[in-house]
Amino acid sequence: MAAPTFETPKFRDIPIVPVLMPQAMAASRPFVAAAPIQQALGFPGELVPDWEQKAIAKLGELLGKYRSLRVYLDACVHCGACTDKCHYFIGTQDPKNMPVARQDLLRSVYRRHFTVAGKLFPKLVGARDLTKELLDDWYTYFNQCSECRRCSVFCPYGIDTAEITMAAKEIMNSIGLGQKYTNEILGKVHRIGNNLGLPGPALEDTLLGLEEDIAADTGVEVKLPLDAKGAEVLLVTPSADFFSEPHVESLIGYAKVFHQAGISWTLSSHASEAGNFGMFVGNYEQMKKISLRVRQAALELGVKRIVVGECGHAWRVAYSFWNTLAGPWDFLDSRYPAPQHICEVTHDLIQRGALTLDKEANDHRIITFHDSCNVARASRMGGTPGGQFTIPREIIKSVANHFHDMHPDTIGEKTFCCGGGGGLLTDDLMELRVKGALPRMEALKQVVDEHKVNFMATICAICKAQFSKVLPYYGFDMSMVGGVHQLVSTAIRLGAKE
Amino acid sequence: MSFELNGRTYDTDEEGYLTNLADWNEDVAGYLAREEKVDMTESHWEVVNFLREYYNEFQIAPAIRVLTKAIGKKLGPDKGNSKYLYELFPYGPAKQACKIAGLPKPTGCI
Ligand code: SF4
Ligand code: SF4
Repeated sequence: MAAPTFETPKFRDIPIVPVLMPQAMAASRPFVAAAPIQQALGFPGELVPDWEQKAIAKLGELLGKYRSLRVYLDACVHCGACTDKCHYFIGTQDPKNMPVARQDLLRSVYRRHFTVAGKLFPKLVGARDLTKELLDDWYTYFNQCSECRRCSVFCPYGIDTAEITMAAKEIMNSIGLGQKYTNEILGKVHRIGNNLGLPGPALEDTLLGLEEDIAADTGVEVKLPLDAKGAEVLLVTPSADFFSEPHVESLIGYAKVFHQAGISWTLSSHASEAGNFGMFVGNYEQMKKISLRVRQAALELGVKRIVVGECGHAWRVAYSFWNTLAGPWDFLDSRYPAPQHICEVTHDLIQRGALTLDKEANDHRIITFHDSCNVARASRMGGTPGGQFTIPREIIKSVANHFHDMHPDTIGEKTFCCGGGGGLLTDDLMELRVKGALPRMEALKQVVDEHKVNFMATICAICKAQFSKVLPYYGFDMSMVGGVHQLVSTAIRLGAKE
Repeated sequence: MSFELNGRTYDTDEEGYLTNLADWNEDVAGYLAREEKVDMTESHWEVVNFLREYYNEFQIAPAIRVLTKAIGKKLGPDKGNSKYLYELFPYGPAKQACKIAGLPKPTGCI
């Protein structure tokens, strides 16, 4: 994997609307999924001969299923409020990465086939036939949207480009035009149980190794149980937590929290993945199949609670869709939210004084927090509105002394995507990922300059992987990014409570 | 995709990873390393060989902690960390070293 060549964007003096560079990213296309990958998911192996009719029929089907899609395609008045709100547009300057332009790729076809004006006077209303050229643009530019929903925050009609992108991906898959990275991973999760393809024995071996590491570090026997029947909590977490740096540091953090709180818990080899790429490709059946693995594991292990680890889109799926996809969860203990986020668990324990925390242990870190898009804009946490913003920050402030937020226009509900979400975290999109990270890197640079921030905490596996990769392009150290529970792990005192 | 080496053709995927695990040999590894602009030293070989051993047993590349620990044991504790592995394989030990070892590319949220 030699690094591809392109220019990293320069930090802008004042982040103003960028100069347009038409077609700047026309060549950025992820690898197309080969036939075996597609067929394993029940999609056609390659572009079907009558793809145009099939695509329109599929669009019709989706319009019937999701009322919101029709509303989003109808409501836009081209006011322009969203145009400069997308990190990919800001970083690439390609006008087709303006959210409204992205929507119009699908909207024009919708108008042509599903509105009277578009059927009669296509040119007048920007209606277009789905030509091969337009389909190519779909593949190129819908694979430059991380489905982060930032644009929707600024749209007076709340039009959600993410849903339009998901619909487009679902249509493309249905005619045999799939993206290799997401679809290969979907195959692995069905076959093996997690996105990485980590089989049970490898998982067991990895967890044993981590137990040894923790014991060597702390002198305390903290367990990472696998398939332990009768445990109270089933933890589902992104498989990157088992495999990668800095992810694994958070996994160790969760283990220490459970240990110290005396909560019996387990991981599952059947549901060893919290992530759900079914959402990224807008496919309900895929999403359901993956969610059902969690239900099966919970029933089989007889757990009373399900806790989700640090993963943005996993939390969105769990929080917003699990009930419909895999519920009802009436077999779980009703005194706890089902599902519950690991940050909620830790936060509750801290509030109750159940953990001994040595803040000074994090004194070498000056910390900021990157809100992950799916947590920020597509879910909640805790019992109060905005809990998804306050809870992680309160945890950080309980375990560390130095915390500074980034610019208010770049956090909370207005947070910028890391640049690698929505199924774009792949090496064949590295230029897009680096350029799309620009706004976040600019906001980070500001707090680095002003407050000497040296650690950006986040609660998403994709954010962690993406930043580890792109930080060096902007002159930062890759180890500047890490998890909230990595900080908890550093501060938590193990052993008997005084 | 494919490449030629010593009069034989080797199939690869779009990113240059060997399609067929059994096609691997040290010459192939040398070729893949040159393509990656990695100069293979003994330490590089230790990593590559460990990856292959682990893959044979578990059908997946080792997690970073497993790898650093194994390398620390073989090459000395000062080398048992990801910083050292990144020095050996600048594009990332998982992806770049797996390629040279003839293993499939690990993908996921990594
Ligand atoms: S959802 Fe995010 S990535 Fe997609 S167009 Fe909107 S701002 Fe851009
Ligand atoms: S802000 Fe909303 S209405 Fe305005 S152009 Fe964008 S999508 Fe259309």
